[in-house]
Amino acid sequence: MNVGIVGYGAYIPRRRIRLAEIASVWGADAAAYERGLGLHEKSVPARDEDTITMSVTATRRALARAGIDPRDIGAVYVGSESHPYAVKPSGTVVAEAIGATPAVHCADLEFACKAGSEGMFIAAALVKSGEVGHALAVGADTSQGAPGDALEYSTAAGAAAYIFGTAGLVATMEAQVSFMTDTPDFWRREYMHYPRHAGRYTGEPAYFKTTFGAARMLLEKTGMEPKDFAYAVFHQPNGKFPMRAGTQLGFTREQLEPGWLSPWLGNTYSGASPIGLTAVLDRAKAGDRIMMVSYGSGAGSDGFVWAVTDRIDEVRDLAPHTREQLDNNKTYVPYGVYAKLRGKIRMGE
Amino acid sequence: MSPLNPARTAREYPARYRLEAARCDACGAVSYPARLVCPACRGRKFSPVTLSPEGQVLTWSVIHVGPSSHKHEVPYALAIVELTGGARVTCQIADVDPAAIRIGMPVRLEFRRIQEDGEAGVIAYGHKAVPA
Repeated sequence: MNVGIVGYGAYIPRRRIRLAEIASVWGADAAAYERGLGLHEKSVPARDEDTITMSVTATRRALARAGIDPRDIGAVYVGSESHPYAVKPSGTVVAEAIGATPAVHCADLEFACKAGSEGMFIAAALVKSGEVGHALAVGADTSQGAPGDALEYSTAAGAAAYIFGTAGLVATMEAQVSFMTDTPDFWRREYMHYPRHAGRYTGEPAYFKTTFGAARMLLEKTGMEPKDFAYAVFHQPNGKFPMRAGTQLGFTREQLEPGWLSPWLGNTYSGASPIGLTAVLDRAKAGDRIMMVSYGSGAGSDGFVWAVTDRIDEVRDLAPHTREQLDNNKTYVPYGVYAKLRGKIRMGE
Repeated sequence: MSPLNPARTAREYPARYRLEAARCDACGAVSYPARLVCPACRGRKFSPVTLSPEGQVLTWSVIHVGPSSHKHEVPYALAIVELTGGARVTCQIADVDPAAIRIGMPVRLEFRRIQEDGEAGVIAYGHKAVPA
């Protein structure tokens, strides 16, 4: 029995802030930051957008492409590190809004930037087991970095939703793996507003080791080589890491660039590699194979191999394309407005 | 009493979350949100109908002095949007410069935060119009 993606959707907020604008506030060298991080601008959620609203819109787009009755969805998983409630699931709102309640299993997931792919891993496995006919997994975040910290230049907002099933597939799942160790590279303690990170330790011993671990597991499991893939998508904490990881694994820029959104999107955390995959599916053709490897600090990577089917041509235009959301209808905000939108200003009682 | 009553919020989910309305079995008029009595013919039997999220701006007003729950959102546009199929809904228009709004502007309803009960209370979600 084949299991795979029957519908996918992405949502990217319209507002943006340029790195140069952030750097100008903190007296930092904008050109050095842009060069060092490989980023130019990032998405900013409006005050009325959060992980739940973005998840609902991305899911409705996935439903439009899936063409299924939402009541046929037996499981809803929302992965995020910015759930609006500390206690009360985001997934209940998403399931209620799309009309999937009440015969549905639901959970919110957290694992830094890989909470979205965790949901994909579980949803696909649950469908494969036969326990549910369709399962929804969403990766969404409105992540925050402390003012003036290097993270503030990359933390962005966006969501991607995937509906898994066994019929009407747009991409068949050929393999899924997970590579995980206890790696303290990034964390946020209870009640803390901003996360802390271990600086350069987040690179080689964390992101690269873990990403390579999952990617090599996939290659070994499938017996494939980088040249066998049309595209590869890696987690995108900045503009540089995914391109470096991909090329070191043996992928070419041509394989990596279609899913490489971070230079103009920023790091959407749980949404990052899932949104990258939507951009690839928007242009993939039947027979293409896609490798996707997420990364979440703490640290782990989920890896997937997808084989695109000819149904992609029927569903691609049933919802907004990801690159169009990234490139069009942008509204740039100055730092003051950004600080207000992100709740960084201490208000009066 | 909290300004956002969780029980009332939950009762309004069908309309606010899923745009569920009621079509009068007698005259076909669509009520949103659903009513017990049809305002057009006083009919009392309805069939559920889900509104299209696509529509256009019928009229609008720009709020410069908002209620306390929205005082930091100003200026924002409040509109009557006519949806495909004829139903009209009152909602905010988001992601737009209020000066750019025009009658007949195509919009679609998108799921957004409407208000929240302070930092500790419930969050009310619903739909706002955004430029299509």
